[in-house]
Amino acid sequence: MSAASAKSGLDFPAALKDAGLAALIALALSIAMLFFRTVDFQGNLILEKRWTLAGTTVLIVFAGRLALNLFWFPRRGGLGLFKIASSALPARFAELGKWMAPVLIVFAVVLPFLPASNRYIMDLAILVLTYVMLGWGLNIVVGLAGLLDLGYVAFYAVGAYSYALIATTFDWSFWVCLPLAGMFAALWGIILGFPVLRLRGDYLAIVTLAFGEIIRIVLLNWYTLTNGPDGITRIPRPSFFGLEFKRFGDGTFANYFNIEYSSMHRIVFLYYVILVLALITSALTIRLRRLPIGRAWEAMREDEIACRSLGINITNTKLTAFSIGAMFGGFAGSFFATRQGFISPESFTFIESAIILAIVVLGGMGSQIGVAIAAIVMIGGLELLRDLDALKQLFGDNFDPALYRMLLFGLAMVGIMVWRPRGLVSSRAPTVVLREHKARSADLVKEGHG
Amino acid sequence: MEYFLQQLINGVTLGSIYGLIAIGYTMVYGIIGMINFAHGDIFMVGTFIALITFIGLVSIGVTFIPLALMLVLIISMVLTAAWGWTVERLAYRPLRESFRLAPLITAIGMSIALQNFVQISQGARVKPLQPVITGGYEIMEKDGFIVNLSNIQIMIVVVTVALMIIFSLIISRTALGRSQRACEQDRVMASLVGVNVDRTISLTFVMGAALAAVAGLMFLLYYGVIDFYIGFVAGIKAFTAAVLGGIGSLPGAMLGGMIIGLIETFWSAYFSIEYKDVAAFSVLVLVLIFLPSGLLGRPEIEKV
Repeated sequence: MSAASAKSGLDFPAALKDAGLAALIALALSIAMLFFRTVDFQGNLILEKRWTLAGTTVLIVFAGRLALNLFWFPRRGGLGLFKIASSALPARFAELGKWMAPVLIVFAVVLPFLPASNRYIMDLAILVLTYVMLGWGLNIVVGLAGLLDLGYVAFYAVGAYSYALIATTFDWSFWVCLPLAGMFAALWGIILGFPVLRLRGDYLAIVTLAFGEIIRIVLLNWYTLTNGPDGITRIPRPSFFGLEFKRFGDGTFANYFNIEYSSMHRIVFLYYVILVLALITSALTIRLRRLPIGRAWEAMREDEIACRSLGINITNTKLTAFSIGAMFGGFAGSFFATRQGFISPESFTFIESAIILAIVVLGGMGSQIGVAIAAIVMIGGLELLRDLDALKQLFGDNFDPALYRMLLFGLAMVGIMVWRPRGLVSSRAPTVVLREHKARSADLVKEGHG
Repeated sequence: MEYFLQQLINGVTLGSIYGLIAIGYTMVYGIIGMINFAHGDIFMVGTFIALITFIGLVSIGVTFIPLALMLVLIISMVLTAAWGWTVERLAYRPLRESFRLAPLITAIGMSIALQNFVQISQGARVKPLQPVITGGYEIMEKDGFIVNLSNIQIMIVVVTVALMIIFSLIISRTALGRSQRACEQDRVMASLVGVNVDRTISLTFVMGAALAAVAGLMFLLYYGVIDFYIGFVAGIKAFTAAVLGGIGSLPGAMLGGMIIGLIETFWSAYFSIEYKDVAAFSVLVLVLIFLPSGLLGRPEIEKV
């Protein structure tokens, strides 16, 4: 199909032929899946025909491909899609990153007091920050240590269930349970880490995925402990140094500070809790990168064999990466449990792992600010798609944008990755510097597999 | 003994379906070294195409079942192959020279997109199909327990074995198979000696998708209900099978599929049906600990 685009001149018949081929493929794709739709009719399935939908799709593909061939590819010199953009952007982003981080942090701190902030925005911000924290936690495992983990949601689940079970059974406070949940998750990180020590690359990916699924299935079926698919309800909310966020009664937050009760108090408090947790994650990661263990992680990512030859203990390096990453996942999990007040295995499916991994990779592996930006873009975008009424006016009242959000999410993952294969912020600054500090684009760095 | 025999038959049938999907994973992994996460969803698209084609053929008057099934098989193989080709072209080819994780992310993205596309275009409800192939043989009977071997089970195993032989011959005897093996060993070198690497990789995806379509048709006929979500679980099991058998090896994929199918069936029959997936995954973890390159895989040689 790139035959037409390879020529720099305008070759109209070739462009037309290429567009025709694309339309033919589109026809093959849509003839069964778009043109026909199976519907129930008196207990039997019959086919409903949708001429216009399938026809329009094929026409759009034809016109789009023709336009690309005529106007886009010749100008690109036949390089194909999105090749030129990749060299200029990282430098710009690296410049941006220097002042972006403080600006983002200041913005995050003052967000609850901005006049525009309301319940909806705060809820969204809490959700985004939870994913930022998860992204930073997974970043240790995937971005720094280079271990591909497709089951990170397992630690998130362990953290959430540890908090929920301890808090509902023993009635301990959130602040006591939080470290416990982190410890449990870290323990599970080590338990998972041991058997997979010898595995590399994609074998590791599939085993971690299997582990994530095992945890979810156990949570779903261990009825006596986890209450199965019904989940755990009435998980206690966190308190502000012992002051509860309630409307009535003594010793409440509003009562103590002599202010009028508002349901926003708790939301704002939760927001700051997750903000602090996320910042601690980030700060610890930045510190760890400068410690011997952090350097060992990065060395292991680049080349495991060289690492071993230099006498680095691979077992310890891998296990610490797994357990520290898992610990942050556990913290995020117990925050999730206390925020929701209700958890069930539904929240810990593979798709969550995939979203977190996508945030890490799209953000540019190893880059803290990139992960934050990717989380804001992906999760914020996903939530905004939930209620886009403008689309409803465009496509008629039957159009439900909520249906299309995961479809668009999936396509966006593909699109961003094709556009920027190294992630949004793809600068890889070396932590050990000989004379001068040079930030290099990650495109130039070849990676060892491991 | 009778119960055991019956479970053995069921397990082999299920294993055949897993094996067919696993071949798609293993071929793609062998040639470009990536997990094609969307393959399970290609299989799901295949079941839908088979269902739609079958209903369509019956509604225009093709009621002679063997002929109808033959046509469904061919049409759904072709149309599903088009899906496989498109996924490769859009999501993987632009990232051919990129780093290892990039195509994995686009694959996950494609998987999410395909699932939701089918959910929107075909509806979220399960789609039932009346049994098409009925009848079978009673192998033995004891104390009122009858061991059944149904026609559909025979068909699934026969088709699987036949396809397995055909594809092994394609890989080992034809020019295409030779280019595939060349690409597997060294892509740059293969392109230097005149192998069209992009075309070979595309054809690998087409072959994998066509086999997934066959598996899809078998799944549809055997179980009679499909929905947009079946691709995920089936895909993970099949990938587990591929890894278990040694990724990159065709007989390994088939063997792995059989093992996973048998474990799942026997675990559900003798222990608990809820934990059948846990059993399958645990076996995977155990095998990988002791044989990190799978049962029939070649051990990876580490080079500095």
